[in-house]
Amino acid sequence: MTKKEQVLLEEPDVKKAKDVEKKAGTVEVFIMGKSYKVPAGLTIMKALEYAGYRYIRGCGCRAGFCGACSTIYRKEDEQKLGFDLACQKVVEDKMYLVQLPFVPATKAEYDIDKIEPKESTILEMYPEIARCVSCNTCTKSCPQDIEVMKYIQRAVRGDIEKCAEISFDCIQCGLCAMRCPADIKHYHVSQLARRIRGKYLDTKSKNLIQRLKEIENRKYDNEIEKLIKMDKKRIVELYKKRKIEAEESTTGGD
Amino acid sequence: MKLVDGYPEYMMKSIKLVEEKREKNIAKPVKPMSMKAREEILNKYHPDYMKGTKRELKVGVDKGAILYNGIVDLLEAKPVIDPKDVDLSKIDYDVDLLIIGGGGAGTVASLFAYESGVSKDKILIVTKLRHGDANSMMAQGGIQAADRPEDSPALHYLDIYGGGHFTNKPELARALALDAPGIISWHEKLGVMYDRYEDGEFQELSGGGTCRNRMHSCKDYSGMEIMRNIRDQSRNLEIPVLEFAPIAELIMDDKGQVAGGVAFNLETFEYYVIRAKATILATGGSGRLHLANYPTTNHYGATGDGLIMAYHVGANLIDLDTIQIHPTGDAYPEPLVGILSTEKIRGLGAIPLNKYGDPFVFPLEPRDVESATFIQECKKGRGIVTPTGMPGVWLDSPMIDIIHGEGTTETKLAGEVRKFKRFGIDMTKHPILVYPTLHYQNGGVEINEKTETKVAGLFAAGEVSGGVHGKNRLMGNSLLDFNVFGRRSGIYAAKYVKKAKIGKLTLNHLDKYNKMLEQAHIESTKTAPIILPEYRGEMAISRALDIF
Repeated sequence: MTKKEQVLLEEPDVKKAKDVEKKAGTVEVFIMGKSYKVPAGLTIMKALEYAGYRYIRGCGCRAGFCGACSTIYRKEDEQKLGFDLACQKVVEDKMYLVQLPFVPATKAEYDIDKIEPKESTILEMYPEIARCVSCNTCTKSCPQDIEVMKYIQRAVRGDIEKCAEISFDCIQCGLCAMRCPADIKHYHVSQLARRIRGKYLDTKSKNLIQRLKEIENRKYDNEIEKLIKMDKKRIVELYKKRKIEAEESTTGGD
Repeated sequence: MKLVDGYPEYMMKSIKLVEEKREKNIAKPVKPMSMKAREEILNKYHPDYMKGTKRELKVGVDKGAILYNGIVDLLEAKPVIDPKDVDLSKIDYDVDLLIIGGGGAGTVASLFAYESGVSKDKILIVTKLRHGDANSMMAQGGIQAADRPEDSPALHYLDIYGGGHFTNKPELARALALDAPGIISWHEKLGVMYDRYEDGEFQELSGGGTCRNRMHSCKDYSGMEIMRNIRDQSRNLEIPVLEFAPIAELIMDDKGQVAGGVAFNLETFEYYVIRAKATILATGGSGRLHLANYPTTNHYGATGDGLIMAYHVGANLIDLDTIQIHPTGDAYPEPLVGILSTEKIRGLGAIPLNKYGDPFVFPLEPRDVESATFIQECKKGRGIVTPTGMPGVWLDSPMIDIIHGEGTTETKLAGEVRKFKRFGIDMTKHPILVYPTLHYQNGGVEINEKTETKVAGLFAAGEVSGGVHGKNRLMGNSLLDFNVFGRRSGIYAAKYVKKAKIGKLTLNHLDKYNKMLEQAHIESTKTAPIILPEYRGEMAISRALDIF
């Protein structure tokens, strides 16, 4: 191992990594039109912070799950708008950036227990989906690359199961709804589809029902009580000797 | 730098070794460690056991306890609010139940408080960011529940307790195991789309340190799917939520009960006085404190505020001498450093390998043990160092499709595949590079089975609480935790509300705390809670003027 490697291996040092970044050169970005020079290789989110912005809105999980940091950009001299998440997209030279930290989009209110899982259910709650002109702008604006238009079409046709499946990875950032010429609130529509599918359409587990009965009949109470009262030496022994299912098939239970 | 399939050439050379040995590695897995071997490696390589990461706390009810430095720093800082600045005679929100935190625990609590008879206009969720901005949303792998015939809640209990090194509060571990199947059933009724076989049974995988396959998942968006459902439910019920208004300090009354909180509007800088008969602390974890200098998987608001404000009113903390580092944080490419790659990748059969392509650990040890072996491998020079200096080991993800058939990774790990694809890496073809990252706050504000803290009127649930997991949490038990104890907190707080009588509001406890700091001769320039982390560039901060 070289000396350099040795030093680097001691701790995962974020600062050290930043020094290396600096050497990688800088790019010019325009935050709401204003020019800043930032190190190349940063995500849009980290680039804004580098420039001195302290987030209140427009920043959430910082890992691509929450949809708080939807960002719209256009590179100088380019026709097309880009759509992405600030925490996932790396800055490029001459990028003009604006964030969309909130989307005004009313959600239908419903009692999931009283809904009927009919083909027309979604259409009744969100009639505007019938206005979809199949322009596919929603799909193009999705940072998750979901086929948004396709699931809306499925919803129009009453195929709740497919609508739920195609939309499953939706992080509800709302970019689709902001671009739609027919004013559809896609991400609310698919939320309803997934809940209907999960509650009414998917076959339920029999094992779970059986286990719930056993728990209700207090089948495990004594056994657990015994474990709680067991002296440490014995329970450690019991823990050590327990059979590990994953060891028999190291691939897990699938 | 020239990249081949997303990796620099020198890393590709190591990947070639990984590929050559892949078949052999699948056929000959490493066995789990003995308890003694586990102990030895933890002592050498886990930050919990290292010198310099922790120190003694000099103030408050837990005076003398050993906690992580970053937490002691905040507990020994001045309370962020000066009581003189707040007029408690004008109440902005007068409710029965204040829920602090709009993540998993808080939202579940609101649903069960409502069901237990608290009217919705008497519930108020206040949250730092948006409703649902929480670690709950980010949990990928899944949720544990012993519901298969070959499994039992007693075995689940044993796993929880052993995984926590026998330090958990047993009654909390019991609640976690026994309530679990009921939670899954509740999710079914809400509409959570779990991964199932055609006959409706759940596809259940193994997690580190569990003796049965009991991890229920929703692809690798398990937390997001659960959080989306419970949030949608609370929106349908129109439960009031105040966003971007974190509670900065709790309010007490002249009888020594917690009686609400002072919220701070992050955008207008106004404060709001919230009076409540009961308060549920559901503020989540503290990854953004970067304890022991680790990067973190946590969301932006995870700054441990709940610990600090609970301590200011006299609640005690436990097990904060440990942190959970998750073995498989991303180490490459640089923009992903610290972000999580789910344990499910190992659950599906991927094996960790060193730079020679050799396996060195059973892939599903408890997280602390697994992490320690990764650190050892890197310290001994058998890891790979990235161009930005991050060390890491390989996680051989292409094994998944070999074991389960082509296409498995894309369906079961859609989020992961998408994440790496953005950087030109195809994880179905090439391994990914991982290194431990700060993931979870094992301990916190001590609670009992009813989620009561030591202070009347204050309940706690989810990551902010302590005792459920002892000194190490097992995978799949945090999604379970916020559901089980979020539910319990809603139910028991609703009961409490019916009898509670609030006296005169006061912030005297903050004056007292300041006095205690003085008496302990602690001179801190910091204030706490910190509310948001500071990530602005050094240059920008050094030139910032405080004149506007």
